[in-house]
Amino acid sequence: MVNFEYANPTTVKEALSLLTAGAEILAGGTDLLSLIKDDVHQPKRLVNIKGIKTLGGISKIGNNFRIGPTVTLDELASNPLIRGAFPALVQASLGITSPQIRNMGTVGGDLCQRPRCWYFRTGNGLLAKGLVENGENKYHAIFGTGAAHFVSASSLGPALMALGATLKIASPDGKTKDVPVSQFFKAPSAEGEREIALAANEIVTDILIPTPPTKNATYEVRHRQAVDWPLATASVSLRMSGSKVAAASITMGHVGPTPVRATEAEKMLIGQTITVDSAEKAGAMAVMGAKPLSQNAYKMQLAKVAVKRALLTAAGVKTV
Amino acid sequence: MSSSNEIPKDQLPKSAFSRRSLLQSAGVSGGVLSTGLLAEDAQAQGAVAVMSGEVEITLDINGKKRNVKVEPRVTLLDALRNRLDMTGAKRVCDRGTCGACTMIVSGKVVYGCSVLAVDAVGKPIQTIEGLAPEGQLHPISKAFVNHDAQQCGYCTPGFIMATKGFLDRNPAPTVEQIDKGLSGNLCRCGTYMGMKAAVLEAAKEIKNG
Repeated sequence: MVNFEYANPTTVKEALSLLTAGAEILAGGTDLLSLIKDDVHQPKRLVNIKGIKTLGGISKIGNNFRIGPTVTLDELASNPLIRGAFPALVQASLGITSPQIRNMGTVGGDLCQRPRCWYFRTGNGLLAKGLVENGENKYHAIFGTGAAHFVSASSLGPALMALGATLKIASPDGKTKDVPVSQFFKAPSAEGEREIALAANEIVTDILIPTPPTKNATYEVRHRQAVDWPLATASVSLRMSGSKVAAASITMGHVGPTPVRATEAEKMLIGQTITVDSAEKAGAMAVMGAKPLSQNAYKMQLAKVAVKRALLTAAGVKTV
Repeated sequence: MSSSNEIPKDQLPKSAFSRRSLLQSAGVSGGVLSTGLLAEDAQAQGAVAVMSGEVEITLDINGKKRNVKVEPRVTLLDALRNRLDMTGAKRVCDRGTCGACTMIVSGKVVYGCSVLAVDAVGKPIQTIEGLAPEGQLHPISKAFVNHDAQQCGYCTPGFIMATKGFLDRNPAPTVEQIDKGLSGNLCRCGTYMGMKAAVLEAAKEIKNG
């Protein structure tokens, strides 16, 4: 582990001024410290943002729900506002099945964590050219035609994307910008490019979810019930008109280098009632564009089931 | 960050650290110096202190203040084990996965390997050593003994602290809640059945005082 400096700012402005070349943001530390121990990250300085009060808290502001980026996953999952409006976020947080990680890990950290690809984690780069295609790829992406085969590790990303959330990002020049979560995740085409639309000297200051809340849910398919990443997930958000779907948003997680939107399935559901049949059809459509690698075609079936079950959960359809 | 990886003292970057910058930093994370002279001092100086090299910090461990010198990169777990000779919390995966280093910080279970010691300044830290201050076994430890809830025993301190944190929030748990509530800890010997029985018994014991 390299040696680094450490600073404890109390305002976003101070934090931005401390994010000089080689500095990184420290929030929960659950991912960053492991990356530093493995020498995948070698920061010159860590800027702890947990002491910045304005980056915490969950509230309803105007037409949005606002979640502060340093809110822990445990705070998110136990917050009454979130529990009432966004079961998709609660289910995604509780899917991170370690109370210790939920107590430490933050919402912003979940969005910014690095992929779990074992080639990346062992110092072979994010794209690990040739290694993934010819090597062990059973947990890698089934979507994406570019050079990136890792899967986005974020649990909340797909849910926030389905809910139409936007991130507010502060830059060192004092400006802020709004980035929809759907544009926050990137599939890098060259080694050295980041997988998120956040420069090293920028800070996510707010996560905003538009109101009124929809019917929403997240369903994760996983191998083990305890500490592990899911194999495939789906988050859905449905705006209903009576018993019919007026608008649907379906996002799959852990199947591509970014969360993957199932736009064809979304269109098909408009005007439909959510039943086992229509949910199953949406699941099948969601994975139609998949291009699995040599060992991971099985994830198509899992993603299909995740979409189906997320839709049924969101619509409150009992299947048993 | 094993001792073999640490840079010899004479090769360390010259410390840019001063007593004043420590107090400011400690005040920021601990909230203990938010008023008075030092806070005014910090404001007058404007810039936020940056810790560099070895710094002396004060940790609040099991109700006692302990001073320890650490570099910012030293984890809370390593500070306890290597600097303060508190070896109850175990270092196994050192990557926030196995739970052997579980301790309670500010009332919540965390992995000691994934918290920087400098990040724990001003926060109450509870470790397995503090669970039985009078030499009497805590009801949780007693229940683990009664139910043979360990084999090699290396995961046990972490499991007991995870159980403490879990029962503090769920005093009357179901077996399913225990499964989920202790899912952040691993036992390679596979003594989970004994542990579940122990957690149920401990919950009853604690309730009955």
